[in-house]
Amino acid sequence: MAERTVVVASAQGLHARPAKLFTQAAAGKGATIAAEGGAPVDAGSILRVMALGVKGGATVTIAAEDEAVLDELQTLLETDLDAE
Amino acid sequence: MNVLSGSGVGRGAVVGPVARAHPAPPTPLEAAGPDSEAGRSEAVEKVAQAYKAVAEALNARAEEAAGTTMGEVLDATAAMAGDPELIGEVKARVLQGQDPAFAVDHATKEYIDLFTAAGGYLAERVTDLRSVRDRVISRLTGLPEPGVPALAVPSVVVAQDLAPADTAALDLAKVLAIVIEQGGPTGHTAIIAGQLGIPCIVRVSGAADLVDGQVVAVDAAAGTVTIDPDDDVRARAEARGEALERLASDHGDGATADGHRVQLLANIGTAEDAERLTDAAVEGVGLFRTEVLFLGRTTAPTREEQADTYERALKALGGRKVVVRTLDAGADKPLAFVTRTDEENPALGVRGYRLVRTAPELMADQLSALAEASRRTGIEPWVMAPMIASVDEAADFAALAREAGIAKVGVMIEVPAAALRARDVFSVVDFVSLGTNDLAQYTMAADRLLGGLVDLLDPWQPAVLELVAAVSWAAGEAAKPAGVCGESASDPLMALVLTGLGITSLSMSPAAVPGVRFALSKHTLAECEAIAVAARGGRTAEASRAAALALCDTEVREVLALG
Repeated sequence: MAERTVVVASAQGLHARPAKLFTQAAAGKGATIAAEGGAPVDAGSILRVMALGVKGGATVTIAAEDEAVLDELQTLLETDLDAE
Repeated sequence: MNVLSGSGVGRGAVVGPVARAHPAPPTPLEAAGPDSEAGRSEAVEKVAQAYKAVAEALNARAEEAAGTTMGEVLDATAAMAGDPELIGEVKARVLQGQDPAFAVDHATKEYIDLFTAAGGYLAERVTDLRSVRDRVISRLTGLPEPGVPALAVPSVVVAQDLAPADTAALDLAKVLAIVIEQGGPTGHTAIIAGQLGIPCIVRVSGAADLVDGQVVAVDAAAGTVTIDPDDDVRARAEARGEALERLASDHGDGATADGHRVQLLANIGTAEDAERLTDAAVEGVGLFRTEVLFLGRTTAPTREEQADTYERALKALGGRKVVVRTLDAGADKPLAFVTRTDEENPALGVRGYRLVRTAPELMADQLSALAEASRRTGIEPWVMAPMIASVDEAADFAALAREAGIAKVGVMIEVPAAALRARDVFSVVDFVSLGTNDLAQYTMAADRLLGGLVDLLDPWQPAVLELVAAVSWAAGEAAKPAGVCGESASDPLMALVLTGLGITSLSMSPAAVPGVRFALSKHTLAECEAIAVAARGGRTAEASRAAALALCDTEVREVLALG
């Protein structure tokens, strides 16, 4: 599993809309996401991702087998999804 | 021809068939699922299909509401209905032998508990989780979809109560009226119905027995629901409905028959309310109750979040007048993060502007957010503080607001002390707005929330009228605006009295505007003044109203069902 540490750009953190876009992209790809110091959860589950309570500017760790998947997820996390 | 009664919102009258909005399904009891492996596999498949169907239905609704806050909420709710972890958990429980509906309830409960414990934003999303759960359980158990059904013909929507999400999902072109068993005249459903101009009757006992397709006549002015109305009741309801529709098509500015202008404004609570006013025939907002943004939260909204909300509201009104009231918390609107729970008389305690004594940062943040919204939009809001009792408080607030960069500063007059010294208050502010509900409560020393004292809280009480007159007189002398933003502004007969006293703007629920506009247009300023004199001559609330009514135009009395 490859891992990356990313800072969340969405101002309001991974709440409804950003979490929905992120989990949609991660669904079915075996990726996980963990809040700083927390256990990894299924990155395709909006409920698990929202429950992390990640705020804007916080650091998360994403992991997946496929680097291309990580690239895509990293780009999403580093975009302010609220601003779109 | 059975007649049910409740409290009416608006003045409309309609006739149409009942469409029941269905309540949430009952909580599934613990039960064993299918006992064969084949049966369990089939149940798992049904669970998957139910979640899929619910997600699709929510997605379709999200697309219809795309670009709005409700659209975003529905979009996230649809994603919850497709959540692989949640569905996986339900499937695992069913495979272990649990009843499918019970498994859905319990698997969801884990997330509900998790979100509730996290508090804040996540706790607010619990409603969405419950909505997904209820929809899935209804599908699995063969019950009708909870919430408002898709309406094939214009109908009277009947429900126990409607959740905000249900109200947002209403197909307005097909909703003739709303009848609910619970709620209150100031509850969520009544407020939204008032803003949308849909006749609404709340607290209708017996509404539970109304069935789909049954024809009812709804009269919001009288607060009645007539089951299977006869031709006479139908004809009267239809005639009044048509007359009101004609009034609603008049979009002119408020004025008396001889052209004396009285601004007709709307009361709102959220930026969404402001957006609904984009095409409404009102000259602006006379009361933006900002506490709605603070209620039900564990911490205050940030300055940034507030600025965004105020910006949206100012933009939606496109330069029309917007009067913003600073946080009015305490008493019947407690806030978790500031309200003291040990007050013996909360209505006489630290509420409204008085919060500046214990939490000055709330006022500073709010004024700064309003100034920021004003900078971003180039639109200057009028800003006023609630519950001002002394000229010192008015002066202190004015100084704080002006320092923050607010140009038009005012105060609410709800406390008799401020009304009696209105002349001094006008020396330090640019405008005032009378909150007649609280003014009646404090003048008559009667708790607004006690149904048993409703006669004392009547805005026609001569003592209350006397204080309104004193404030109007001081406004005239200072040549500054004095508005009314309480319930009484929406009563067309009282609106004539207020105009006659010299009130310059009337703010009410948008649905009440056409009636008030019509009443004003049928009387000259001199006639309004005569009506005001007559009302002030009454020795009781009843006598004051009767004296005003006797001088009111007969067509106005008839069309608006004033008695």
